[in-house]
Amino acid sequence: MAYDKFEVLTSTAYPLPTENVDTDQIIPARFLKATERKYFDINFFRDWRFEQDGTPKADFPLNKEIYAGSKILVGGRNFGSGSSREHAAWSVYDFGLRCVISSAFADIFKNNCLNVGVLPVQVSAEFADTLFAAIMADPKAEIKVDLPNQRVTLVATGESESFVINTYKKDNMLNGFDDIDYLKNIENEISAFAETRPF
Amino acid sequence: MAKTLFDKVWDSHVVRKVKDGPDVFFIDRHFIHEVTSPVAFLGLESRGNSVVYPARTFATADHNTPTINQHLPVADPLSANQLDALENNAKKHGISHWGLGDVNNGIVHVVGPENGITLPGATIVCGDSHTSTHGAFGAIAFGIGTSEVEMVLSTQCIMQPKPKKMRINVNGKLGVGVTAKDVALYIIAKQTTSGATGFFVEYAGDVFEDMTMEGRMTVCNLSIEMGARGGMIAPDAKTFEYLKGRAQTPKGADWDKAMKYWETLYTEEGAEFDVEFNYEASDIEPMITYGTNPGMGIGVTKSIPLAENVEGGVDTYKKSLGYMSFNEGDSMIGKEIDFVFLGSCTNGRIEDFRAFCSIVEGRKKADNVTAWLVPGSHKVVDQIQAEGLDKIITDAGFVLREPGCSACLAMNDDKIPSGKLSVSTSNRNFEGRQGPGSRTLLASPLVAAASAVEGVVTDPRTILNANA
Repeated sequence: MAYDKFEVLTSTAYPLPTENVDTDQIIPARFLKATERKYFDINFFRDWRFEQDGTPKADFPLNKEIYAGSKILVGGRNFGSGSSREHAAWSVYDFGLRCVISSAFADIFKNNCLNVGVLPVQVSAEFADTLFAAIMADPKAEIKVDLPNQRVTLVATGESESFVINTYKKDNMLNGFDDIDYLKNIENEISAFAETRPF
Repeated sequence: MAKTLFDKVWDSHVVRKVKDGPDVFFIDRHFIHEVTSPVAFLGLESRGNSVVYPARTFATADHNTPTINQHLPVADPLSANQLDALENNAKKHGISHWGLGDVNNGIVHVVGPENGITLPGATIVCGDSHTSTHGAFGAIAFGIGTSEVEMVLSTQCIMQPKPKKMRINVNGKLGVGVTAKDVALYIIAKQTTSGATGFFVEYAGDVFEDMTMEGRMTVCNLSIEMGARGGMIAPDAKTFEYLKGRAQTPKGADWDKAMKYWETLYTEEGAEFDVEFNYEASDIEPMITYGTNPGMGIGVTKSIPLAENVEGGVDTYKKSLGYMSFNEGDSMIGKEIDFVFLGSCTNGRIEDFRAFCSIVEGRKKADNVTAWLVPGSHKVVDQIQAEGLDKIITDAGFVLREPGCSACLAMNDDKIPSGKLSVSTSNRNFEGRQGPGSRTLLASPLVAAASAVEGVVTDPRTILNANA
């Protein structure tokens, strides 16, 4: 599934400081019945965004007009735990977000994000707190995520921190490439390897 | 340098290392199910690719299947559509398919080992985080996303950085009423829901050596619940005994050859782990969770911790207890329950039904409890009948349903209603996991059975000791 290239993103952000947000919250299992990638934007955080009768929950950050259109979500520690459903990463992307910032990510969710064009940016707990405080003080506070230089900056104050991403994944994000392109190019090497497997 | 079990299996599957990037990692066995594979097939086809090794992929329907009247057409059109997609994709690409009603059908992580598809030293993936189950056989097994499902279909490889290594040793002897599920929930409570993120775990020590294969599967299954990518246990005589003669295990000379390799699969003396933890079996009692992640577990006789004594954010903790309608300091014993769920890839095997029956035999289901007993596969159903457990179940007022994932994730009709409290042998107590607004207490089949007959959260030892 192709995604748009990611270079430098400057945007306001949705704050979601709750810790251990699991993928059942990001996209509840009952919305996984699609055989195509459709409607994941609507059902993103479905049960935290809407009452069971469909009324939006006004105090949930993703519903607040003041943050509308943000391309970044700043999440609490251990964001994306639980299920391997890539639908969670799709729903982040399809909702219009390109970057999630947290002090810790669950492994599979992080992998899935990188595969679908969402940049997971892991920062220190202190810097995450700085970002939450800045957004609370000014909901229009902008965050700049600079992938080429691997740096995340709070625009108003210039406070910043570097983040880690391996060169391979970084190149993929910068160019909109994915792993299948890479793997198909070494098909012969893989089939020679497969011959050596005992079972 | 001395190697760990994990190193041996991982390193032997690296096709190439990408400079400052992941390993190109070869996959021996790939399971697919109806929920996370359809979009992968769409991607495969839109790129004009084909399935390179169809014999290495195995399809089974489990996530959204009904657990009653499986002989009838699936009523929910969306579920039926996904099941059709799985069947059609499998047929089109020459992949074996165990659909609804097939004698081999069942939960993917139950049927894989049962049919001998799961082997020591193999790499196994599936678009499901509980793929870690297969690590019980000394395989490297973990969950992947749909993009990676497409990678495996079209290239038989994924691109993965090698995880760090953790060893968890539990020594000593488990007490009465303490099961593999309790060992896992105890470890997760110690590690928290994210403590093992970035690691692959090897479980070692007396407790795992003494454990049955079913118990080992339960432990490895839950590795993901502390953030680990997977968990594994070195294969031993029990492993080989379990596998020998199963439908798809190597036979004859191939078996002997495989055994030679499998006997090399252990962690060598002096091999190094990035981190190691030691726990004592005698410290573990039957466990139960009280919050909204599997790390929020305590001994069943204990009280819910006070917020001030909990690591992590107080707001998150209070939100969690608020969702559960519990208070700090509450005792878990005696809480009135509404539902009991026995089943899932965590506790849907024959041993789990034996344990459940050991408690309910000669007793009656409490009137306030609705119980769903869902075997992990048709083979488990057959075994239940062969051992006469079905009669015990029926006599005690319970009903046995048909195999599937069921109320573990409530993708089918088996949904716990909003606000209702369920004691569940499954793997996740996340908000709404068992149905919107449902509240879940994770526990062993023994705790579930004791609670089912008493109608309230119950320590199974009170019944086991009375039986003795």
